[in-house]
Amino acid sequence: MSITLLLLAVIGAIAAWWLSQQRLMSKPWLEVGAIDDVRGTGASPVPAATVGLGVFLAVVVTLFALLISAYFMRMQTADWAQMPAPKLLWFNTGLLILSSVALQYAQVAARRGRMEDVAGGLVAGGLLALAFMAGQLLAWQQLNAEGYFLATNPANAFFYLLTGLHGLHLLGGLVALALTADKVWRGLEPGQVRLSVRLCAIYWHFLLALWIVLFTLLTPWVGDFATICRQLLT
Amino acid sequence: MVDTTIGAAGVIQPAEVKDVELYHPKSWVTKYVFCQDAKVIAIQYAITALGIGLVALVLSWLIRLQLAFPSSFSAIGPTDYLQFITMHGMIMVIYLLTALFLGGFGNYLIPLMVGARDMVFPYVNMLSYWVYLLAVLVLVASFFMPGGPTGAGWTLYPPQAILSGTPGQDWGIILMLASLILFIIGFTMGGLNYVVTVLQARTRGMTMMRLPLTVWGIFMATVLALLAFPALFVGCVMMLFDRILGTSFFMPAIVEMGQHLKYGGGSPLLFQHLFWFFGHPEVYIVALPAFGIVSDLISTHARKNIFGYRMMVWAIIVIGALSFLVWAHHMYVSGMNPYFGFYFATTTLVIAIPTAIKVYNWVLTLWRGDIHLTVPMLFALSFIVTFVNGGLTGLFLGNPVVDVPLSDTMFVVAHFHMVMGMAPIFVIFGAIYHWYPKVTGRMMNEALGQFHFWVSFLGAYAIYFPMHYLGLLGVPRRYFEMGDMAFIPQSATTLNIFITMAALTVGFAQMVFLFNLIWSLFWGKPAGSNPWRATTLEWQTPETPPGHGNWGKELPVVYRWAYDYSVPGAKEDFVPQNQPPTPRAA
Amino acid sequence: MTTAIILVLVALGSVLFHILSPWWWTPIASNWGYIDHTINLTFWITGFVFTAIILFTAYCVFRFRHQPGRQAIYNPENKRLEWWLTIGTAVGVGALLAPGLFVWDQFVTVPKGASEVEVIAQQWQWNFRLPGEDGRLGASDTRNVSSSNPLGLNPNDPNGRDDVVIEGDALHLPLGKPVKLLLRSIDVVHSFYVPEFRAKMDLVPGVVTYVWFTPTRTGTFETLCTELCGAAHYNMRAKVVVEEASEYQAWVRKQKTFAQLSARTRQAKGTQ
Ligand code: HEM
Ligand SMILES: [Cu+2]
Ligand SMILES: [Cu+2]
Repeated sequence: MSITLLLLAVIGAIAAWWLSQQRLMSKPWLEVGAIDDVRGTGASPVPAATVGLGVFLAVVVTLFALLISAYFMRMQTADWAQMPAPKLLWFNTGLLILSSVALQYAQVAARRGRMEDVAGGLVAGGLLALAFMAGQLLAWQQLNAEGYFLATNPANAFFYLLTGLHGLHLLGGLVALALTADKVWRGLEPGQVRLSVRLCAIYWHFLLALWIVLFTLLTPWVGDFATICRQLLT
Repeated sequence: MVDTTIGAAGVIQPAEVKDVELYHPKSWVTKYVFCQDAKVIAIQYAITALGIGLVALVLSWLIRLQLAFPSSFSAIGPTDYLQFITMHGMIMVIYLLTALFLGGFGNYLIPLMVGARDMVFPYVNMLSYWVYLLAVLVLVASFFMPGGPTGAGWTLYPPQAILSGTPGQDWGIILMLASLILFIIGFTMGGLNYVVTVLQARTRGMTMMRLPLTVWGIFMATVLALLAFPALFVGCVMMLFDRILGTSFFMPAIVEMGQHLKYGGGSPLLFQHLFWFFGHPEVYIVALPAFGIVSDLISTHARKNIFGYRMMVWAIIVIGALSFLVWAHHMYVSGMNPYFGFYFATTTLVIAIPTAIKVYNWVLTLWRGDIHLTVPMLFALSFIVTFVNGGLTGLFLGNPVVDVPLSDTMFVVAHFHMVMGMAPIFVIFGAIYHWYPKVTGRMMNEALGQFHFWVSFLGAYAIYFPMHYLGLLGVPRRYFEMGDMAFIPQSATTLNIFITMAALTVGFAQMVFLFNLIWSLFWGKPAGSNPWRATTLEWQTPETPPGHGNWGKELPVVYRWAYDYSVPGAKEDFVPQNQPPTPRAA
Repeated sequence: MTTAIILVLVALGSVLFHILSPWWWTPIASNWGYIDHTINLTFWITGFVFTAIILFTAYCVFRFRHQPGRQAIYNPENKRLEWWLTIGTAVGVGALLAPGLFVWDQFVTVPKGASEVEVIAQQWQWNFRLPGEDGRLGASDTRNVSSSNPLGLNPNDPNGRDDVVIEGDALHLPLGKPVKLLLRSIDVVHSFYVPEFRAKMDLVPGVVTYVWFTPTRTGTFETLCTELCGAAHYNMRAKVVVEEASEYQAWVRKQKTFAQLSARTRQAKGTQ
């Protein structure tokens, strides 16, 4: 649980920073505002949807932090047998990086108002993400073919669980991406799609970073490391 | 979930939703069924939660009848009993209290109290309700599946939760887990709304320190829920894998009834950690909204500002943060490393300090007030009694050595019913009597309300206060019957019968309440827009019930904090938050 | 008025109930008198706070009830008062916590020389195992469990051959000798609880947990399972008999060892 607590501490630090801006020490009963000196609310100038995405990402971070905590706790039992990570995962990682790049491109294009490029970036990003998911499924199939079934070992179970959940989050992102692309096709103005494209890009970069963390954890060296630790401890 | 990244909400400037961006219902269906107006969603949440809560209430009667007359009900067997307590507990905690406080009161009050037109993501907000409803339906479905609902206890500890020694192993547990997963997804959608609305949609002049404590409480509870529910989610998903796909996340090598199962190596304690990492904050998810609401009830009906507003806000924040550091106080005797006990005992007792401060401040708000003993005020008083009682018994259980003999006995059952059963429920009742006039435009019947209050309060106290002493004696919880245990005197049965009588009486009083709810809808006294003469924004709407978009043409502007009651020199004993200050004579 | 009176009655009634209650803890039969003392201390402190708060509330409700012409004071906060209350609470909490942690330290630290007894739970029965003459418990594993080896002892471990196995029957303990119970389960989580001993601990499949105490009173007590373990959870009980050393020895001699039991089942299988 220490990993979870660590990440929660980070989230807590952000919250504390925000709270520190809210004048918590002020005495509100002394501050009856006159008509013209009504203050702002202290709300951030960022659009609500961006804040919403930020909060949502905090939830996803917690979710995966808990899974990773569970992963490390479960790893300590003797029946743990790390399985090899298929080579294909490297290729998939490449696809996901390209997908992120494409969305970044779309975002920049949206900022500059070049709507064709936005459409291109979104489509490319979406297709690459789909290719990534197909690649992940293929990796599952390869593992199954080699006898690394879900239930044979907890290491395998975690592999399927983590990659699966990551994939589901990407799937959700694709729905948002499709809706954004639809807006572009219906010919909305750059001003009306800029935010959506930006949020998609942020989400994509987040999922890429998440995948890199997961990929690092799921490769065999982590398991070896745990084994060594266990041997050292006993 | 992802819809939050896009959608109609688009750019919402702080403090205002432009009229063009506001969603407008086009037909009866979009007005009352698939509606995106937070007020309608709130009512949908409330009705669903109260409806399923009624099931839990009926289950509690069956539980009590069995405990009082162990050999009289041949229809209730040991497995039925476990199913009853499990469904009762789970429904009460998750599907009633959490849903009603956050989905119900959160939806209704947040936009109105912060001066917004609606939640910031109305479409996602609507989805949230429908996913919640689906979760409830899945839960209800488990009653009708072969084998019935799960009887694993609301804590769902594996391995027993998914093994055949526990009722509901075929379908019950699967549907339970699926329903929880749905609930969490639905809640997350709603929760994003509540948080971001408070962060970004406050009206001009509504700083965080001018928010009514109700909003602070619901806001903080939502933050906790967003960060705590993932733990339950993870636990449920992993347990579903264990149950359906044969993985061994939580399942060690097991010989069940002479059969070697194919599991091995898993850790039951891992689940317990995940569960309580959610489970303890859950207590505060239920308690913080209650804290907030009761502060406003007391202040309004005692015609006095809440005492120590700043301390109240700080305490809410501190309690919220600390609640993530105490989870394993539910696991002192779980077999975890016993040295954790020192750490968790300390954090647990530390959390008692901000909690106690809140209690003092409620009571000190009464001091030299002008106390109107309306029904909401009475319920607020009963909250103080039950919460103080339950909070103090929490000091017993937070202390590991005291927890050793008392854990998993009736003492625990009595403790958590006082502190997170009765106390929040009383706040909910108080809040319903308080805001019903805003929601419907009519007052609830006062006489019926008084009756409901006295029977519920005294009855509930009579149920749970004596129950502690059964636990002290050593009577375990989740026991279908006490049997012929030598250490239990005959008089314990008498006490059980007494408790059951009290429980049935309390249950009956709830029927009176339901009747009042419906009766007042048609025949209640017209309320006017601000019957309690309260300061907060929801009472200052141009229409009652508030119309679509809440505020007519212009958003209110806030000039003062939420507690200007009995201001010296003011004409009335309350000054609404949106009343401009009178220019001082120069 | 009525409301205030009823609040007073609730507070006083609670105290009265506490004093008069015939339902109270069982007479203690172990060394954990400290636990009882800590509970008593907690009752005193919390009882005082409870009555004080409720009586104060009742007084306010009576004294400041709405009457024509009454106006509440305007009193946003009082720093001094709040600080004093905070400090007072912290002191009270400290007074509960310090002795609690002190006793907890004893609770989790097993004294040297405590004799080991293994408790093995299964749905819905208690089994026990005593080290034989060699004074050591043999290795065990759930994977070894079979009908002739219900506790899953390792048949190849010489330490285990003389272990005394008690299946589904009463456990006897010698008076005045500290025992360390090693707790193990072969199926689900159970919990070992004897109200008179005050001690309690869960038995978790896959790991071995422990709890210790010294029986201080002879007699027959009841072990309950206090962790939900399935349909017959309520019926999972066993007797624990505390007796003088000599009687205890006599009882031990009558019990079967693991070797004897497995020989017998092998014979039984052979004759079939
Ligand atoms: C008058 C109403 C209620 C009555 C008479 C009642 C009665 C009971 C009883 C007798 C038990 C446990 C029996 C046993 O352990 O053998 C129980 C369990 C429980 N109740 Fe209630 N209850 C009521 C309301 C509530 C409320 C409002 C909550 C909300 C927090 C709640 C939450 C629980 C929980 C979480 C359990 C534990 C279930 C388990 O052991 O898995 N109850 N109730
Ligand atoms: Cu807790
Ligand atoms: Cu049990």
